Amino acid sequence: MMTSHLIWQPMSQTDLEIVVDDPTAPEDDSPSVVSSGTIEIVVCLLLLALAATLGYDNWRTGASWDSTGPEPGYFPFYLSVILGGGSLYGLIMALPARRAASGTFVTRAQARRVLAVFVPTLLFCLVTQFLGLYVASFLLISCFMRLVGKIALWKSLLTAFLFTAIMFVTFDVAFDVIMPKGPLEAAFGR
Amino acid sequence: MEAFGLLLHGFAVLLTWKTLVLMMFGLVLGIFVGVLPGLGGPNGVAILLPLTFTMDPTSAIVMLSCIYWGALFGGAITSILFNIPGEAWSVATTFDGYPMAQQGRAAEALTAAFTSSFIGSLVAVLLITFLAPMISSFALKFGPPEFFAVYLLTFCSFVGLGREAKHKTVISMSLGLLLAGIGMDTVSGNLRMTFGSAELLRGINFLVAVIGLFGISEILLTMEERLALRGHAASISLRVVLGVWKDLPKYWATLLRSSFIGCWLGITPGGAIAASFMGYNLAKRFSKDPESFGKGRIEGVFAPETAAHASGTAALLPMLALGIPGSGTAAILLGGLMVWGLNPGPLLFVEHKDFVWGLIASMYLGNVVGLVLVLTTVPIFASILRVPFAAVAPMIVVSCAIGAYAIQNAMFDIWLMLGFGVVGYIFKKIGIPLAPFTLALVLGNRAEDAFRLSMIGSGGDLKVFWSNGLVGSISTLAIVLLFWPVVDGVLSRVGWTQRTKVMSP
Repeated sequence: MMTSHLIWQPMSQTDLEIVVDDPTAPEDDSPSVVSSGTIEIVVCLLLLALAATLGYDNWRTGASWDSTGPEPGYFPFYLSVILGGGSLYGLIMALPARRAASGTFVTRAQARRVLAVFVPTLLFCLVTQFLGLYVASFLLISCFMRLVGKIALWKSLLTAFLFTAIMFVTFDVAFDVIMPKGPLEAAFGR
Repeated sequence: MEAFGLLLHGFAVLLTWKTLVLMMFGLVLGIFVGVLPGLGGPNGVAILLPLTFTMDPTSAIVMLSCIYWGALFGGAITSILFNIPGEAWSVATTFDGYPMAQQGRAAEALTAAFTSSFIGSLVAVLLITFLAPMISSFALKFGPPEFFAVYLLTFCSFVGLGREAKHKTVISMSLGLLLAGIGMDTVSGNLRMTFGSAELLRGINFLVAVIGLFGISEILLTMEERLALRGHAASISLRVVLGVWKDLPKYWATLLRSSFIGCWLGITPGGAIAASFMGYNLAKRFSKDPESFGKGRIEGVFAPETAAHASGTAALLPMLALGIPGSGTAAILLGGLMVWGLNPGPLLFVEHKDFVWGLIASMYLGNVVGLVLVLTTVPIFASILRVPFAAVAPMIVVSCAIGAYAIQNAMFDIWLMLGFGVVGYIFKKIGIPLAPFTLALVLGNRAEDAFRLSMIGSGGDLKVFWSNGLVGSISTLAIVLLFWPVVDGVLSRVGWTQRTKVMSP
């Protein structure tokens, strides 16, 4: 009895194998779309422009001292200067690094996958604006599961419906947290 | 011993059915969030924050902090079983945890991970219990110059001690401070940087930014990876648990060392990630046979997990005592305090005793309940991973949108969240750290107010930051930390420090 128990021990009785495949995973040898160096330069330029815009606006608001102490624009003005300085330094550091082989920012296969989430998310925000969050949520989950995840249609529709319904009950009914709503909710008088 | 009596009072606050149910709910959600790819501690807390808006502050913080403890526990499950660190601070746990699982010792590794997490948190909570009231009563004497000096110290130590390129930390921090300034100026009431937009009048809400920066960007990043996995979910028998616990005293030095490292790095902005690596490296260095690390040694699980949890918990100390968060998650909890109408800072200990001691008591109770919960339910949570990411990803997006909208009932915030998602994705990929940005965004207005109030008090004389011993030493320390790499270089050239080599893992 004891010995058999000891032999059993390493392999647990309820051992459960979990295997998840990822058929649409990005290939490792996919070509690079853009290098990190280039993106770094672009980001630094954008930040520099932002720093200039905000700096100018704060200068206009008043960035000096008056009788009661610093004016409203004082603190943010100098922060814009610091931000500008940091991005300028980053730009100077990134320029020579770009000529040397800097790392890949994103490969083509990765970009495809990232866009496969980003574009639906963007559409979701747009639909939320017009049809309300719950309808948009149903559409996003069902379409994403079906089209990107290649999951059976009935599973996609059921999951989307259940999740949306749970969210509605939790937020709208139980916790009184009101979400943007559209014509569908209005038709049901909520 | 006053702390002890107050702690008992905290337990009394906590022991109602409603709070206990919320606690369990929070822990389960937290483990769920910790196990799922593309979500983690800060994201989970940020997304679920809106659920708490209508609760009283004590229930709300108990639930949110339990989500955090749950997420800390959950991260270890995927690291050990599947070699996929759910969180950056669980990376070091995979070094020995995954080999152990491959040798059929998964249950042992999981028990070790959960137990050491528990020990790490416990040490940090003890520290909070006795140190936080002392610090906060000391800080009650602080005026605006002292507070500004402390904020400055926080910001400077991020720049000086952070491991990212310095200019990137500076960019991240100044951008956060600038965005915090958008909208109505709290001192004069003037509008700043709104460019005539009515939407920008409200300012950029910290939580909206956090949901985008961590939630949305994490989904984009996760999609870049191959999401296939293979492994065994072992259930843990009582025999294994007792076996591991019986051996615990042998590893007291490792546990103590890692707890200490974790507490220290949690209070200073080193964070749980640095703590877990340092705990691991030091355990290896002090070991008699360092070669056996990385091949399935139980100490290699104890060391990083203890340190990560001690650090994650200790990060709440400065938040409670001074109103300065020690980590991203602590920053989000701080944002929560403001939403619930509490004013973070040393006065919390005076004005909201129930809240503070309820929270501290929940750290004790939450960790005990969490430990029992994870030990008994590992296979259930591991099988969550069977749910395809194509189903999880859109649900996370919807949850993020709900969270972002609920904060101010503004559609604009959903768009803002999406924008911050893109920014977070790009920043993470080019190495601009997000933690300083988050910290700056949540502390920006308070830091500026403190600065301007001290300037008004002193008539515009910067010498006010060196006007007495206390504020002077904090300000000086801040400047020293800002230029720490330079100072450190000079010191080691003179032959003063060898210690620094050990400090950086």
